[in-house]
Amino acid sequence: MDRLALTQEAVKQLLESGEVEGVLALRASGPSTVLHLYRPGDDLADLALWPKYNAPKIMDLLLQAGPDARLGMVVRGCEERGLIELAKHNQVDLGRIQLIGVACSAEERDGCRCAWPYPSRIDVGEKTEGIADVLVAEHEKLSLEERAAFWQKHFARCIKCYACRTVCPQCFCEVCMLEDKLWVHTGTMTPPFPTYHLIRAYHTVAKCVGCMECEAACPADIPLPVLYALLRRDAEELFGYVPGRSVDELPPLVVETLPQGG
Amino acid sequence: MEYRNVLTTCAYCGCGCGLYLEVLDGKVVGTLAAKNHAISEGKLCVKGWNSHAYIHHADRLSTPQIRDRRGGELREATWDEALDFVARRLNEIKAESGPDAIGFMTSAKCTNEENYLVQKWARAVVGTNNVDHCARL
Repeated sequence: MDRLALTQEAVKQLLESGEVEGVLALRASGPSTVLHLYRPGDDLADLALWPKYNAPKIMDLLLQAGPDARLGMVVRGCEERGLIELAKHNQVDLGRIQLIGVACSAEERDGCRCAWPYPSRIDVGEKTEGIADVLVAEHEKLSLEERAAFWQKHFARCIKCYACRTVCPQCFCEVCMLEDKLWVHTGTMTPPFPTYHLIRAYHTVAKCVGCMECEAACPADIPLPVLYALLRRDAEELFGYVPGRSVDELPPLVVETLPQGG
Repeated sequence: MEYRNVLTTCAYCGCGCGLYLEVLDGKVVGTLAAKNHAISEGKLCVKGWNSHAYIHHADRLSTPQIRDRRGGELREATWDEALDFVARRLNEIKAESGPDAIGFMTSAKCTNEENYLVQKWARAVVGTNNVDHCARL
């Protein structure tokens, strides 16, 4: 069986087990796929695998809507890691979610320039090794002045649509700094450099798992994941922290502010 | 719990970006951009991303309102009453001042077919070329 048929079978079994109220997965719809909560008895023929969406954010929404609900979810590596980060920030209860892990194909991995294209437990598909982000490598070759020019050029094209913030599973603050007029003026374009983009960048540190949803949603094609990948690298080098790797690892902001480093 | 997404077209301007409205237990709670969409390719502007916001908004008008006299207060009305009122006043204004005393505002939010109907109505039924739309304001 191919990955799709195997995923459909796994979702069917989980729904029939009676352990979950529904399973969040992708469904073919019009020109695309979109997230859908399959429930016991549903026809799974339109279940799909690609393109993916910001599934952890939607799972957060569903768990809040049903405080007692137990749900299943088809997850890729980035989505599982996103859930783990959300759990560490008290946004989701992993004990209420049953995961069906899907390994990304080489084609999907290449599309996301993904370093980690598989979940911790693979139920469907075969593991492909991660690759280095070629855009990060190109950025590394730039001088400091060239880097500043690179980002200023990109940020000058921002239309302040807030899509990067809106789609991001790790953006869950009820009060968003990017809507504070002190930092981001209303009624003017483009957003002030560097406050909008750098506030957002700093807020992704030790949280961003590189799911690429911000890049996919950006109408100005700003390579935001490059910036966030560099910050992710710094957090790993300085604190040994990798977002989403383990639910038991405390974020560095917590550890570093505790007495004796925790 | 029921969570599904409904494919639709953004109603904010005439571009025709594709989006999904997220429906949770019968209520529209959010917007997702439609990836692979021929026009918008999974991207939206800030208005598109907030397409869901007005649907259940407390300030949204859910019934027609009529102002009976200039300077008077708006009062709620039925659709029949409102349409009768508009038809009567358009006929009166046309009889008193001619068809060019009337203008028609259409919208980039409407479909081509709806806009076609408005201009047809203006020109063939009322008899004026006074047709304009919100994108020129």
